[in-house]
Amino acid sequence: MSLAVAGARHLQALLGSLGRLARSPLSTALTLLVIALALALPTSLRLLVTNAQLATGNFASAVDVSVYLKTDVPLAKAQQLAQAAGQRADVAAVTVIAADKGLEDFRTYSGFGEALQALKENPLPHVLHVRPRAEDSSPAALESLRRYFSAWPEVDLVQLDSEWVMRFNAILEVMRRLLLIAAALLGLGVLAVIGNTIRLEIQGRRAEIEVTKLVGGSNSFVRRPFLYTGVLYGVGGALLAWGIVAIAVAVLGESVTSLARLYGSRYVLRGPSRDDIGVLLGAGAVLGWLGAWISAARHLRSIEPRA
Amino acid sequence: MITFERVSKRYPNGREALTNVSFSIHNGEMVFLTGRSGAGKSTVLKLIALLERPTRGNVVVHGRNTRTLKTRHIAAFRRRIGVVFQDHRLLADRPVFDNVALPLAVAATPLKEIDKRVRAALDQVGLLGRERSLPLELSVGEQQRVGIARAVVSKPPLLIADEPTGNLDPDLSLEVMRLFRRFQDVGVTVVVATHDLHLVREFGQRVIVLENGQVHGGDAPDTLPSVVARR
Repeated sequence: MSLAVAGARHLQALLGSLGRLARSPLSTALTLLVIALALALPTSLRLLVTNAQLATGNFASAVDVSVYLKTDVPLAKAQQLAQAAGQRADVAAVTVIAADKGLEDFRTYSGFGEALQALKENPLPHVLHVRPRAEDSSPAALESLRRYFSAWPEVDLVQLDSEWVMRFNAILEVMRRLLLIAAALLGLGVLAVIGNTIRLEIQGRRAEIEVTKLVGGSNSFVRRPFLYTGVLYGVGGALLAWGIVAIAVAVLGESVTSLARLYGSRYVLRGPSRDDIGVLLGAGAVLGWLGAWISAARHLRSIEPRA
Repeated sequence: MITFERVSKRYPNGREALTNVSFSIHNGEMVFLTGRSGAGKSTVLKLIALLERPTRGNVVVHGRNTRTLKTRHIAAFRRRIGVVFQDHRLLADRPVFDNVALPLAVAATPLKEIDKRVRAALDQVGLLGRERSLPLELSVGEQQRVGIARAVVSKPPLLIADEPTGNLDPDLSLEVMRLFRRFQDVGVTVVVATHDLHLVREFGQRVIVLENGQVHGGDAPDTLPSVVARR
């Protein structure tokens, strides 16, 4: 069989499968919808993970250290300590947040302004805001910095702002695993849906399969249109899933933007990247082909021509 | 071309359809296979087309022993045999052209070639111009001729027919048989199973008579070929 003839055969099988799908639009649409939902779920989870990562990306690199001094340490002493800390090679910058400034900020942003009026004296300590050098922000380097400050008698508490980042990363990791499990389970679901759809189609075209085998149609010839149908279902479902996700992103976009604004960020919800879409369509095609192949291998063998 | 050597066939339900049957059919011969219903005519054809394999003995067609032929070679084996059924087995939802083109499509024939040969085959059975009709729009006789066109379109060297005139009136039956003889004239081996003895006598070809799963009239079952009547 020449390549051109083989190509024409495949094109014919593809068009035939498309035609058959188009002839029963309702059942085709329902099957596509089920596949699309199964593919849209892991895609959304994936978007959730990437967006969470991107949205917090700015903070994730912020590994500032807050050094809370004891309340009886005077401001002059705090400034002196800040200067000393600033000499260290692994420290990029030290800012002193005076207790009065801290209280004022708290009054402005917390909404407890009235209640704070009642305070006789400022309960807040002076705070040193230490920013380590970028190359010295590994957990080990931060730990040594923490120990350095903890050793000072004037220091009450050293807090690594990176702790919540690490917790957040751990949560992201859990979500990533969850995504893998969901993708695997829903992928199996897509396989089952496509396999069953192909099984029904094989049953419906039994007479045709028998005659085709009778006139010398090989198993691969008989199987071909069903494989195309499977791939069309898979890719069609993936395209629909892309549409569903795109609509979800559009609907959520505005509220995410205003939520981000409340946190002082100008973050915009990201839709699926080109790679995400490629993986989605590829997964649809592979699952469709595989589901159809498994079903065809199982059910076509049992159909032999009778005389 | 076709050799049955001490062939027995027992179906899974326990019925023995053929018992120790031997005969051979030569290239270019036209042979009638007759006998009462249930005598084993259909089983002989099924064994030739490899729809069944023999329980005992050997069936050799085109030099291939169907007992040992690998499953993956069955498709290619069947492509060299044209089969005509009593109920013609046309696909009701496909036009005449698609039905006739099927054996060419499975053999990966180029589209242009398919077009030419389907028209030629339809011309041979007198149905040129009906390519776009659906089988149910045709008369019973025409449907049977479409079935014959499908059987010969790929020019197989062997044509087998199971009661091809079973649903036809005498005139149409005669017409169909003449069609078969025309294929024999161009070198095709033709095996026709029929219980229409009148028709068989009319044509005066070699006849193999089956009775209760055995070849009738052969006192020595090993004698090949078992010729019952030749005019």
